[in-house]
Amino acid sequence: MAVILRTEGLNKVYRLGSFTRNRKIQALNDINLNIESDQPVIISVVGESGSGKTTLAKTLLRLIEPTSGSATVYDKVVAGKGEKLPKREFLASIQPIFQNPFEAFSRYRPVDAYLHETATRVAGLQGNAAIDAVEQSLASVGLEYADVRGKYSNQFSGGELQRVSIARALIPNPNLIIADEPVSMIDASRRMIIINLFLKLKLEAKRSFLYITHDLATAYYISDFVAVMNKGVIVEFGPAREVMTHPQHDYTKLLLDSIPTTRQRWRPRSSVAI
Amino acid sequence: MIRLNNVVVTYRTSRGSINAVDGVSLEIPDGCVVGIAGESGCGKSTLMKLIYGDVTSPMSLSSGSIDYGFENDKGAPITSANIREQWFKRISYIPQSSMNSLNPVARVGTQFIDFPGSDPDKKRVMEKVRGYIGKLGLPPETLDAYPHQLSGGMRQRVMIALATFFQPELILADEPTTALDVVVQKEILLLLMDLQEQMKNTILIVSHDMGVHYQTTQRMLIMYAAKAAEYGDSEKIFRDPLHPYTRMLISSLPAIGDDRARQGISGTPPSLWGQLTGCRFAARCPLATDKCRAEEPAFIEHRPGQFAACHYAGTEITQTGNGQWQ
Repeated sequence: MAVILRTEGLNKVYRLGSFTRNRKIQALNDINLNIESDQPVIISVVGESGSGKTTLAKTLLRLIEPTSGSATVYDKVVAGKGEKLPKREFLASIQPIFQNPFEAFSRYRPVDAYLHETATRVAGLQGNAAIDAVEQSLASVGLEYADVRGKYSNQFSGGELQRVSIARALIPNPNLIIADEPVSMIDASRRMIIINLFLKLKLEAKRSFLYITHDLATAYYISDFVAVMNKGVIVEFGPAREVMTHPQHDYTKLLLDSIPTTRQRWRPRSSVAI
Repeated sequence: MIRLNNVVVTYRTSRGSINAVDGVSLEIPDGCVVGIAGESGCGKSTLMKLIYGDVTSPMSLSSGSIDYGFENDKGAPITSANIREQWFKRISYIPQSSMNSLNPVARVGTQFIDFPGSDPDKKRVMEKVRGYIGKLGLPPETLDAYPHQLSGGMRQRVMIALATFFQPELILADEPTTALDVVVQKEILLLLMDLQEQMKNTILIVSHDMGVHYQTTQRMLIMYAAKAAEYGDSEKIFRDPLHPYTRMLISSLPAIGDDRARQGISGTPPSLWGQLTGCRFAARCPLATDKCRAEEPAFIEHRPGQFAACHYAGTEITQTGNGQWQ
């Protein structure tokens, strides 16, 4: 079985303040995860703001250097001790999708320029092969190349532009896609389109995802595994359905209990006479 | 009872005029918690601003009126023309971002004193404030702190304390918990519900989270492309909605413990810049017919207390296995 994601003693300490009055924040505290599978998987990392979930994503994306420990993705060490993967090879195996697609694409540049750049510089394709790859990846997220070509980010809705950024991430055929809050900026009515797209890409294109979110309901819907983080520590990890329906840790229970569901009211609401 | 009579709110820009709220009529009973939901740009925040009376250029109330159902000291009825006199006293506002709403260079206590209150004795006011914030679960030292020294949840509690101190008849809350974590969100919502049960004020809540609406509201208004799509009892809206948009929106929500497939609603709302004919949801609606595309449905009462703007209100729609609505 392939190691899809393994972290060994991953730590990240942020130092704040001046030389005399410094403060440390342990954003990641000894993170040990091990997920092995032959099939692609969707792993969710859930937690509140400040829990360290984005720091974990950024460490795996090499955007920040871990203080100690290492991370392995698809049998290759990608961050920390023993990391030797060249940048292009790294980018071809792990790709990000960020929260706000309007910040990911410049307003002054057509979005297909980003797609071409990924095809030529990361995937190493030239000429027509690059255009084919762009076309194919746009088709796999349900968009036509002709509709995207030459357009700027402000000509798209949030959901469409997020699909363009997913298409961009797919071009180099990465093994793992790290999606940091990919649907929190998208309207509730279209959120499930993106979520279902992740499921489809897992099943058909055999991509694994690390889905970082504070929304436990969508995490339950798509994930195979879930890691619950609080204050830099993974408090609970396991198969998604088991963790979310039979939580063991008090923090997971508190989190699940605090979600405003549309099934059961916290307290009865009287109806008002008309 | 607050009555909105066919209100139209227009924004004037260099590109021309746009109606962000386009003919909404509504009756809100006293002491009712009403949730307003809809996609971004559907006009829900504009409607809140209008009801609050914060109508400044380029925004204007181009037709229609609001009756608030209460009178000022001189006995004149309050309408959108003079609602500003009642700010904080009988109508108050809880904004989304408490950090941007509190004065960063003034202590929290001072911000209570700055209020347009009737009592000139500051010490007596401070005593009252101290007693009041205690009831909201804030320690008395909060009044001596600057906003940045408090956590997000505490700041939002301060905002709620400011908004409810004079026991206003009407409270408008625009995404009051969006910036907060779920655990804190639950505390804040339960606090707001407690206060409402004691004071019996009318609360309007805008939220994009349907779960927040289900937990807190008694009635719901669903807006779509500047129009009211559906209005009625929350329980009915969630269990048996009339409008296909409401139905699709509610059945798209995933839930823990429920493994059924969910579908989003593809497509986008129409641009409000163009000439709009027929039902505004027709392009995304599986029930749409030529009638829908030609003739705008009226917002009428289909069941007692349940209003909707749809020619086929109440028609069942289901999802097939491959994710198509029919």
